[in-house]
Amino acid sequence: MGRIVLKNVTKTFGETQVIPPLDLTIEDGEFAVFVGPSGCGKSTLLRMIAGLEDLTSGAIEIEGEDATEVPPAKRGLAMVFQSYALYPHMSVRKNIGFPLRMAKMEQSEIDERVETAAKSLNLMDYLDRKPADLSGGQRQRVAIGRAIVREPEAFLFDEPLSNLDAALRVGMRLEIGELHERLKTTMVYVTHDQVEAMTMANKIVVLRAGVIEQVGSPLELYHKPRNVFVAGFIGSPKMNIFSGPEAEKLDAATIGIRPEHIGVSMTDGLWKGRVGVAEHLGSDTFIHVHDTGLADMITVRITGDIAVKHGDTIYLTPQPDQIHKFDDEGLRN
Amino acid sequence: MAIVAKTSRFGKYGRPTLAWVVGLLFFFPIFWMVLTSFKTDADAVKPEHLIFFKPTFDNYINMTENYDYWRFAKNSVITAVMATVFTLFVGIPCAYAMAFNPSRATKDVLMWMLSTKMLPAAAVLYPMTFITKTAGLFDTHFLIILVLSLINMPIVIWMLFTYFKEIPKDIIEAGQMDGANTWGEIKEILIPLAWGGIASTALLCFIFCWNEAYWTVRLTTTDAATLSKLIEGNRAPEGLFFGRLSAVSAAAVGPIVVLGWFCQKQLVQGLTFGAVK
Repeated sequence: MGRIVLKNVTKTFGETQVIPPLDLTIEDGEFAVFVGPSGCGKSTLLRMIAGLEDLTSGAIEIEGEDATEVPPAKRGLAMVFQSYALYPHMSVRKNIGFPLRMAKMEQSEIDERVETAAKSLNLMDYLDRKPADLSGGQRQRVAIGRAIVREPEAFLFDEPLSNLDAALRVGMRLEIGELHERLKTTMVYVTHDQVEAMTMANKIVVLRAGVIEQVGSPLELYHKPRNVFVAGFIGSPKMNIFSGPEAEKLDAATIGIRPEHIGVSMTDGLWKGRVGVAEHLGSDTFIHVHDTGLADMITVRITGDIAVKHGDTIYLTPQPDQIHKFDDEGLRN
Repeated sequence: MAIVAKTSRFGKYGRPTLAWVVGLLFFFPIFWMVLTSFKTDADAVKPEHLIFFKPTFDNYINMTENYDYWRFAKNSVITAVMATVFTLFVGIPCAYAMAFNPSRATKDVLMWMLSTKMLPAAAVLYPMTFITKTAGLFDTHFLIILVLSLINMPIVIWMLFTYFKEIPKDIIEAGQMDGANTWGEIKEILIPLAWGGIASTALLCFIFCWNEAYWTVRLTTTDAATLSKLIEGNRAPEGLFFGRLSAVSAAAVGPIVVLGWFCQKQLVQGLTFGAVK
């Protein structure tokens, strides 16, 4: 099984250091998600674990053994790429069976495992097709099939859902989640989508410019963001973050309040503002409020529907125990 | 109303006409060579027999009976095939390494390889002759295969490199993750995916080897002499035997013209470095 330990790893491309010294432990069976804005080094980090990218310094241990110099083929990891990276000249059957053939497994055993994987991924009808004849979702399933047949120490996913449309993405998200529940194998998943991170992970690693901003469970990150960056990155719609007199009143340089932790009233409240856009989703209503004097815009999330329209005056009251306070350096007070 | 580009008069009539003119211009020497090869040496220089003459196979019979055409042809086939195989055998891993694991020096190495093509062959004629004679390699198949391989290696690596670059790196990396070693990747993924490009490259390399004359003429006498040497040998210091020379030349270029005819598509793709698809 796969426990992955990164010890003081760094990565430099030419003159640019993309990963400053970094330590991280991913426990056996964990679903770890690396999340962060594009260019934060999350994919580089994953590729370093995979062995596709050399370390500039530091060490990587997989299941207690130093894997720093071990080539990708021998690390016992399986990877699912954003582009799927299927072999276009091979049928689905051959694609899924490829790692087993490389491992010199008996053909009968390969056939059996390919069928089992195909069954679990609903690919039985497509086994003899080429990747070009499959839809995006099916291709992604083949890529996952190719990863699961060899029962790896850990799965690495590099933004696997980015090329799928929204509806398929939700479906595949659930499938990958279920796969983890079923296999209990370590998974390391890279995404820039914090919703994916929140819904799938046991452990989220928030990265910015190669630096780990916070590691924790999804709810830990949601309730106790360590700094302003994590506070703004995790949660949808984004947390309202602002400085000024309101923050000073609470002895903080900056304060943050999530849209769902603000109450609204048309008659009275702590902050007065004007409704900009109200997005009615049915289950929820997102109200974007201007002219509060706090920030350019305050977003409020109300459960259910509320009859507000553009230009209405509205009063907002934050739940006091849900206000996040940050100091001058942006760290949690 | 939709705006549709109009085909100009030149595009419709001029361009095909121009293409035919250029095509015929290029074809004419071959046509003339084949025509002359069926004339006697005397007829070949007579203006009144320019087009109308009594065709004869004498030149071809003479060539096979007295000049040992088949031996030269066999040497051409052996050296061109072996040189092509060897060039690809070295070139494929080389281009693979440069395409998928480039280092900072890769670009310079590619330029350096190409720069070797700029060396005038005559500049190294004396040392080459001296070294090969001293090493006892003069007029051997081994030497000709080696020389043909080396002079075509840069262009072959360049072409393969260009084709390999078109393969998404992800697919090669997926192969690594799936446990393929370098040879496995080349055999199972790279070669099947770049098959068209490799075939075009092999074909061009074969043609270049077949047509090579500078070294094959100078580094052979009899044992490893190719068809280029046969043509050169019929240059006839004692006079101009155009009929004979044409027959030998036609028989030398014939196989390669036929091969080229059947592989036109690959050749065009190869010569344009994959730009035409």
